[in-house]
Amino acid sequence: MTPAKPDMGSWESVIGIEVHVELATRSKMFCGCAVEFGAEPNTNVCPVCLGLPGALPVTNAQAIEWIMAIGLALNCQVSERSVFHRKNYFYADLPKNYQISQFDIPVCHDGYLDVTVDDVTTRIGIERAHMEEDTGKSTHLGDSGRIHSAEATLLDFNRSGVPLVEIVTRPDIRSAAESRAYAQELRSVVAELEVSDARLEEGSIRFDANISIRHGGETELGTKVEIKNMNSFRSLERAVTYEIQRQIELVEAGGSIVMETRHWDEEAGVTRSMRVKEGSSDYRYFTEPDLVPMVMDESWVASVRAGLPELPAHRRSRYRDQGLDQELAAVLSSAPEALRDVYDTAVDVDADARSAANWLTGEVIGWLRRTETDPIDVPLDGQQLAELIAIVDEGLVSSSAAKEVLEGVLGGEGAAKEVAEARDLVQISDTDALQSAVDEVLTANPDAVDTYHGGEQKVVGFLVGQVMRATQGKADPKLVNKLLRDKLKD
Amino acid sequence: MNLHELTITEAGARLRSGETTSAELLESTLDRASRTEAQLHAFLNIDRDGASESAAKADADLAEGIDRGPLHGIPLALKDNMCTRGLETTAGSQILAGYVPPYDATVVTRLKEVGAVLLGKTNLDEFAMGSSTENSAYGPSFNPWDIGRVPGGSSGGSAAAVAGGSAFGALGSDTGGSIRQPASLTGIVGMKPTYGTVSRYGLIAFASSLDQIGPLSKNVEDAATILRAIWGHDPLDSTSYSGEYPDVSADLGRDVRGLKVGVVKELAGEGYEPAVEQAVARMVEQLAGEGAEIVELSLPTFDIAMSAYYLIAPAEASANLARFDGIRYGHRVQGATTEALMANTRAEGFGPEVIRRILLGTYALSAGYYDAFYGQAQKVRAAVQEDLASAYESVDVLVSPTSPTVAFSAGERIDDPLAMYLSDICTIPMNLSGDPAISIPIGVDPQSLPIGFQVMAPALGEQVMFRVAAQVEQLAAFTARPVLEEVVQ
Repeated sequence: MTPAKPDMGSWESVIGIEVHVELATRSKMFCGCAVEFGAEPNTNVCPVCLGLPGALPVTNAQAIEWIMAIGLALNCQVSERSVFHRKNYFYADLPKNYQISQFDIPVCHDGYLDVTVDDVTTRIGIERAHMEEDTGKSTHLGDSGRIHSAEATLLDFNRSGVPLVEIVTRPDIRSAAESRAYAQELRSVVAELEVSDARLEEGSIRFDANISIRHGGETELGTKVEIKNMNSFRSLERAVTYEIQRQIELVEAGGSIVMETRHWDEEAGVTRSMRVKEGSSDYRYFTEPDLVPMVMDESWVASVRAGLPELPAHRRSRYRDQGLDQELAAVLSSAPEALRDVYDTAVDVDADARSAANWLTGEVIGWLRRTETDPIDVPLDGQQLAELIAIVDEGLVSSSAAKEVLEGVLGGEGAAKEVAEARDLVQISDTDALQSAVDEVLTANPDAVDTYHGGEQKVVGFLVGQVMRATQGKADPKLVNKLLRDKLKD
Repeated sequence: MNLHELTITEAGARLRSGETTSAELLESTLDRASRTEAQLHAFLNIDRDGASESAAKADADLAEGIDRGPLHGIPLALKDNMCTRGLETTAGSQILAGYVPPYDATVVTRLKEVGAVLLGKTNLDEFAMGSSTENSAYGPSFNPWDIGRVPGGSSGGSAAAVAGGSAFGALGSDTGGSIRQPASLTGIVGMKPTYGTVSRYGLIAFASSLDQIGPLSKNVEDAATILRAIWGHDPLDSTSYSGEYPDVSADLGRDVRGLKVGVVKELAGEGYEPAVEQAVARMVEQLAGEGAEIVELSLPTFDIAMSAYYLIAPAEASANLARFDGIRYGHRVQGATTEALMANTRAEGFGPEVIRRILLGTYALSAGYYDAFYGQAQKVRAAVQEDLASAYESVDVLVSPTSPTVAFSAGERIDDPLAMYLSDICTIPMNLSGDPAISIPIGVDPQSLPIGFQVMAPALGEQVMFRVAAQVEQLAAFTARPVLEEVVQ
């Protein structure tokens, strides 16, 4: 269900989104512990990620390479030199009581991502993408599940030190739908790069939205409210919709917006105040003295850039150029890579792009699901698919018989034509061969012939069906139709 | 001569000639400790069992011809801010009372690898913050030359142990002079290596960009021996130096002829005891007599180095010490909320000097003050480095007193932080620059209290620094030993 569009009146919403992406590196950001979701609590820990006295961080070069890839995919500049800072705040699941993060020189800055909503494409500016470490996880025991009134709190440091990329947009987003589109597009980019599990439900991608309102035409930004705890694209869109409406109603009723952090309550469908921010928090950032500056020289950046896969936006536009409509292009673009490869080869050998895309995103995916086959093992190549499309186009098999042919091809019975012949699915397209069947059906159904001559032409459909049955479905229905009509006119 | 009075080189020679055993060397230090600890309180924790085991192993190895080098079988002490697996490590703080690390600091691993016998953990100012070892939560240490006086700090326990004969050598850590100043005040050699050459992994951090582990020893040669064992690249420390290391022993016997020795004008004058200035001047003359070219030069930034240090070090400390919150390890004081538990734990667990520096550092980093304090201090730090770089264009080494005064009386400066901070005025610039420096005893004042002479060199200039230090040692012919009355406990 898409939330109803808010009644904006003369108001305009201004939205910026912060995204945290957990990288799926083998080891953590600053130590050798494994990055693993769902492990027994406190099993992937060591002196470094537990913040034991004397332990020191060592930067994971893979994580730096991956944040560079994310930045380049988001059209960012990669800083030649970047430094880590300590962000100081006390929290029980932050073992050092400071987070190693970045401040004034992030690894990536000044990029953009284009998103499309209802055929309108908007460029969302990316202010920065910086590297930091994740915190541990607190579980509050007690009825409320919140820290207040908890009987006890359990701490799990498995997540402590997992590499986290924070991507911050400029306040360029203007609607809940755009917020969602941005989040989805960003997720598809990250998934394409294979640098994160990119699973919202496991928290490997987390979104926060900063929302303010102003009257259309104003250039000053209003007081912003930060919204947290959106665990799906849908809840992001709902939360932003709700918050915009809340702010408009509040201001129109004579109230004023307070700078605060609000928590999205998915069940109740409302945002609730978590804490009021008095000015900006003072994290007392200073350069992390335990780490030396990172140097991302030109050749390193170039090698990361060269290793980037084709990104979803580029792929979709290529598909559209090949003749797919927007929806089919989007569906194919998010299909498994193995199927997209089959598509590319089929198109290379001049198969009709639309047909190839339809087969792959329909019948082929259905077959993979039914047979529980991993897409990577799909027993179909582009050449085979092109042949299948060709025999349908040539009228050798009907489109319904073609589904059976596909089954045979996927089942390893041979090329499309062989399967059609072996399974006796080739259409009878020979006029002489069909004429006798047509004559027999007309003779056997004088009532229908009378009905036709009485003016009810749709009875032809019934007669076609009779011919198809007589030929065990192998007749070309178009040809049968023509032969019947010719004969009935006589 | 008693075994415990031997240098490492001498003890090693006797071990290899079969005249003595590691077990006997250990026994001599333990016996000495049992007769001096009541006066000195050099140790927080003596690991008799672990040390006996290592000594027995060393004797067995050496008997089989397995020789791990000059520290094999030699009893050494560790400042209690270096993590030792299975052995309590407190950093001199109540907040870490009973804390047993699950891992060894890299320096500890390296000493174990070369067969050193680790005696135990020495006293220090809490988290290495202090210049007298009076800030220890476990009580002060005292100076073997006069037990009414401080041994300096913060590595005062290590200095007292070496000077008092209860360790053949020791490791200390030096953030603003914490190895060199106590070495000076106790008449031994103490050396701070170039920043990044000795791994900080497992050293409980005070100020990460300034901390450096180094040796305290009875003579210059022993310092070089210990340094060779502990330094070298460590992948666990990102700031660890990975290039070529100097050969510290190569020029130990070489004279100073032709070397240019710079005398720092700023490290003299008001606040410097006449006996100290005279002893230093005499040594400079002796070096000149040996053919060194003496250049008096000015490093104006040295006058403001201390102010910068007392912003940078506390700022880093305020973050480094944030982890001591009672949540995961160490001392805990309960509270109604998590925040209250943390606050109660820290208020009770930290001593007054540590709290003072955390507050100072937190303030220096706060929004609105950062530029004026921390930012400005970083500029001064860069200026000190530039000043030194230009000085080293015209000289090979710099020299000065190590401390403006000899050992002061216990309790004399404990209530006057500024007077205490001035104890490190000669040593702090080398922490800001990251360059190496060493203190060598060159004489005593009229009260028979030792005076230290500091030799400073550019980064990775340990070879020339040790060359000059060895000559200073020879010229000083410092043979005085503390007269310490033994008391059997």
